Amino acid sequence: MPLTFKITQQTLELDLGGNFSGYDNEAEKSDLFNALPQSKKLLVNAENLKDWDSTLVVILYNLAKQAGQQKIPYDYSSLPDNLRRLVSLALEVDRRPPSPPNRKSPWLETLGGWGISVYSGFIGGLKFLGRTTASIGRFLRGKAVMRPVDFWFAMEDCGYRAVAIVSLVSFMVGLILAFVGAIQLQTFGAQIYVASLVTIGMTRIMGAIMAGIIMAGRTGASYAAAIGTMQVNEEVDALKTMGIPVTDFLVLPRTLSLILTMPVLTVLADFMGIFGGTFVGTVMLDISLQEYIKYSVDTFSMKNFLVGTFHGFLYGLIISLCGCYYGVNSGRNADSVGKAATKAVVSAIVWMIVVTGILTFIFKAMNI
Amino acid sequence: MKKQQPEIEVSNLTLGYGDFILMKDISFQVNKGDVFIIMGASGGGKSTLLKALTGLLQPFSGQICIGGTDFTAATPQQRNEIMQHCGILYQSGALFSSMTLAENIALPLQRYTNYSARLIKELVSLKLALVGLTGFEDFYPSEISGGMNKRAGLARALALDPKIVYFDEPSAGLDPISSKLLDDLILDINHSLGTTIVVVTHELDSIFTIGSNSIFLDADTKSIAGYGNPKELLKTTANPKLREFLTRGGEKNA
Repeated sequence: MPLTFKITQQTLELDLGGNFSGYDNEAEKSDLFNALPQSKKLLVNAENLKDWDSTLVVILYNLAKQAGQQKIPYDYSSLPDNLRRLVSLALEVDRRPPSPPNRKSPWLETLGGWGISVYSGFIGGLKFLGRTTASIGRFLRGKAVMRPVDFWFAMEDCGYRAVAIVSLVSFMVGLILAFVGAIQLQTFGAQIYVASLVTIGMTRIMGAIMAGIIMAGRTGASYAAAIGTMQVNEEVDALKTMGIPVTDFLVLPRTLSLILTMPVLTVLADFMGIFGGTFVGTVMLDISLQEYIKYSVDTFSMKNFLVGTFHGFLYGLIISLCGCYYGVNSGRNADSVGKAATKAVVSAIVWMIVVTGILTFIFKAMNI
Repeated sequence: MKKQQPEIEVSNLTLGYGDFILMKDISFQVNKGDVFIIMGASGGGKSTLLKALTGLLQPFSGQICIGGTDFTAATPQQRNEIMQHCGILYQSGALFSSMTLAENIALPLQRYTNYSARLIKELVSLKLALVGLTGFEDFYPSEISGGMNKRAGLARALALDPKIVYFDEPSAGLDPISSKLLDDLILDINHSLGTTIVVVTHELDSIFTIGSNSIFLDADTKSIAGYGNPKELLKTTANPKLREFLTRGGEKNA
């Protein structure tokens, strides 16, 4: 129904006749609201009003609000009881809202805020590292508050439950490594060196990196999400008030299990990668299995193998610490748990790469 | 006089989880414009019944008719249509934390109406004003208190002018004053919009203030132990369990 109104003797008379359900006519509404300041009184006639819903309440509510601001008296007495009550309920403001938090700030403030957050993140990280070290110290003295069942549960989760995915991915990586290498080596007729390439590549670093990336996505994210949800449920607060160090109870079992399983998973990834390379070598490059194995064994060096395994151990430490750190420092709603999981994975991978860079430099200098 | 038209009809409903039966063959009726209270001791299946009424839990057997349509046997589209006329206030508000209050309330309006962006904005402000949160449009749920979260949740439940509004423990976690304000609001909405209201609660003050009809669920017999206006029930009931509940265990001490 149209919104009809007339102004007689400076009185704005709004006639609400018929059906006002789902009323959405911007033009008519703005005409009405523009007419209001030209009048001295507002009168609503709703004798013939039939159906109505919130879209009509909106008009009456905004009219009354505007009339109130411009000190124009308004008469809603002909409205049905329930409609009038609804409008007056909406007009009752029981508290003044504070001004909404300012989300846009000048660039210098943004920059400063960023600097402060980086600094406090750095300090927070160091403190967390300190507390975790203290927890490990207590664990070694047998004084840590850690339930063995939590540790075994974590071992199961990042141990044999991760075997399938780590095997599959590293098999594929070995396959790809061999395949890409073979294209180049074949031009010299040197495809037999595919065996050496895959063996050195996988054992020295690729096995550890693949296991690390898989575990960062799989286990690091799950640590952050699980501890973050505990933060939401106030379980972390409960631990704190019971005087149980969070690092003992939540971080220790997860970190211990990951630094124990990661070297093993790295070794698994090494051999699955070599197996993938063997598959390409024997099936696609027509190298005999015997020959392939011989070249592989010849180039396999204990030094590379141990370097790779050591990387795996460090990655385990990085992944678990990143996961737990962001979980413990997560906010208290669903959104921040998601962000915590993202940050845990991203920072774990970044730190893994940084540490690999540093270690490669050191090992090079030490001639290992 | 109250019209005695049924809005929700529940017949021979059996509910449970897995092979555990929580309620057996219960039947009741919620009339249009009622403030209907589902009461019972903790663990008595109140919330489970609410889950069945809102379609979150499929009953083992029996029928729930909402507005004349069989809800239990409805197709997903029919269900969706019925649920558009139902608003639900969850225990902690259940507002989406990544959205502002205005975005939270606008979501069902954007999904189910063709209103212009401006009208949606005005409707959002109106709904917030109705629950006493004028001016809080741009706040995130984490920036306001628990009681305010609950009221904002109510504003979202009311967004589409529902015929039925379900409340899950509205006074849980609220101080007596906020809880009274929410009760008043429930009555205001019931009176001015004629909305049928179903409240799950065990708060005695609320039960007697707002309830016009009620059922009492008994976990031991897995059935309804009392059905009627709570004030009348208090006077007439012969069931010792219900008496004890309604008098806060008063008879034992007397």
